[in-house]
Amino acid sequence: MAFFLETLIGGLMAGMLYSLVALGFVLIFKASGVFNFAQGAMVLFAALAMARFSEWIPGWLGVANPVIANILAFIIAAAIMFAVAWLIERLVLRHLVNQEGATLLMATLGIAYFMEGLGQTIFGSDIYKIDVGMPKDPVMMLESVFEGGLLINKEDFYAALIAAALVAALALFFQKTGTGRALRAVADDHQAAQSIGIPLNRIWVIVWCVAGAVALVAGIIWGSKLGVQFSLATVALRALPVVILGGLTSVPGAIVGGLIIGVGEKLSEVYLGPLVGGGIEIWFAYMLALVFLLFRPQGLFGEKIIDRV
Amino acid sequence: MIYRENGQFKTSYKTDQQIFPIFQDRWTILALIAFAFVGVPMLADEYLFKAILIPFLILSLAALGVNLLVGYCGQITLGAGAFMAIGAYAAYNFAIRVDGMPLIAALLLGGCTSALVGIVFGVPSLRVRGLYLAIATLAAQFFWDWAFLRIKWFTNHSPSGSVSISNLDVFGWRISTPVDKYLLCLVILVVFALLAKNMVRGAIGRQWMAIRDMDVAAEVIGIRPMYAKLSAFAVSSFFVGVAGALWGFVHLGSWEPAAFSIDRSFQLLFMVIIGGLGSIMGSFFGAAFIIVLPIFLNQFLPWLGSLVGLSISVATVSHFEFMIFGALIVFFLIVEPHGLARLWSTGKEKLRLWPFPH
Repeated sequence: MAFFLETLIGGLMAGMLYSLVALGFVLIFKASGVFNFAQGAMVLFAALAMARFSEWIPGWLGVANPVIANILAFIIAAAIMFAVAWLIERLVLRHLVNQEGATLLMATLGIAYFMEGLGQTIFGSDIYKIDVGMPKDPVMMLESVFEGGLLINKEDFYAALIAAALVAALALFFQKTGTGRALRAVADDHQAAQSIGIPLNRIWVIVWCVAGAVALVAGIIWGSKLGVQFSLATVALRALPVVILGGLTSVPGAIVGGLIIGVGEKLSEVYLGPLVGGGIEIWFAYMLALVFLLFRPQGLFGEKIIDRV
Repeated sequence: MIYRENGQFKTSYKTDQQIFPIFQDRWTILALIAFAFVGVPMLADEYLFKAILIPFLILSLAALGVNLLVGYCGQITLGAGAFMAIGAYAAYNFAIRVDGMPLIAALLLGGCTSALVGIVFGVPSLRVRGLYLAIATLAAQFFWDWAFLRIKWFTNHSPSGSVSISNLDVFGWRISTPVDKYLLCLVILVVFALLAKNMVRGAIGRQWMAIRDMDVAAEVIGIRPMYAKLSAFAVSSFFVGVAGALWGFVHLGSWEPAAFSIDRSFQLLFMVIIGGLGSIMGSFFGAAFIIVLPIFLNQFLPWLGSLVGLSISVATVSHFEFMIFGALIVFFLIVEPHGLARLWSTGKEKLRLWPFPH
């Protein structure tokens, strides 16, 4: 029982991390109808920037304090992500307005390749560390309830907390601010939003900036967990089923989907994996999403798609 | 400027329905094929065969298959690499498990297996489309990557996980030198290209295009979406599967699942986009472009670097390759969504009127 719960909690926390990446997908899809395949590349790019600047800054400024270095690196990385968002809107999306979803998808694939190459050219392609002072030691919980207690990874726990905070902040931003309202309006109907004077281009830049910021946070958390390396870009591929499961247009869906996929992956790996040879967590999520697609194409919380195929 | 179709009158249905109705086109293509069969083996050296020509032929075949599905039927796929893998491993299993299995039969059976699996993974296309379908095909990619790595039966319990095939033999013709391999691939490619060209001109191709352009309207005029979509998946997977079998048998000789990873799927999709969606010719352009570009960059960038006094490492070149690929994809989608094939036909159109465009 304790083992089951441990697996479950491990899955939930991994799921929170998937949700972080999935959030980036959902934000952009909601506001501009673009399925952003480059989200993984953005995570990698942001993490690389963060890792390298926090490494370089002490040398440049002569400050040895890692906290200041991290904060400065965070600010610089955020600025870079905003610049990237602006450039993407300017150079790519603006020219592809009114194209089909598939075309936009392929364009973001191109962006992904470009950013992977650029990131590694500028920042190097080794494995880098991000150290933002997340505690790594595991803790025991509920020792009174179970024999031996539950072993919980503190890092995962903090990561989940950060993810939850980020989601809450995003929800506030979307619901309570003027810009958030404009974003929701654009998501509902581009033309109607434009006709009441919401500048579409600016909204797109903003939403890509937000996605960039989410990518940065995801990059820092994933990066401090796994190290910053090229494989970080494939995190996006792991997060795709999450989006499908939760629905492409729903922020809560991304969270719940992430949790389901996280738990499903861990449980299937532990209980089903040994039967078929292990390593199934890669495709299990996809199969889950695929089966789900057949019965409920719009996902758990997505808006009903009213078109016949 | 070079030639026009003036004066070529079609006086029978037969002449009206030719693949290349213009006399000069017909002969150019025939001359090109003849050159590929006779001229190239005399001129090219071993490196050219191994590094460029054989991969080009095989990947054009795969790109052709992907183009039938993505370009003609409008169903986006990110799982083409998996179907190459299925073709390769199925052909491998047929070849080693059945005694005296001829090479061609093994290749075709590999393609058939791939087609069957393609139908299964095409089923979601009846419910979803566009982005969601892309995810569904990704599921195929990840599942088969895993299956060929972990299920030992597929690799005949080979301890290293890599399989190899030797002694290729087509009806007594020993395929051993690069020239033989080239000719084998060329024969298969010509046959399949002809097949594809005829298919997209015929009833089935028109059904695919109708589905692509507007599925509801297609259904109203009596096209069965299920039949059209699944047949597109089947035919496309068949092409891709045969290409995969060739890739394993002829090009690689021995291979691991990593040879058919998701990068291969993306590569094939890029070939189709850059070459031209919905164009047979475009598949060839795209394949040629994507194969030649990295080789060109590998030679060109260090040379450029040495001009300005920089030494560019191999890693940097590969990163530049990524960047240039990415930029080109975006560039093509923005400037010429129909790819190189459209550039080719606009070029021809311009030349017709040149030098007096008015």
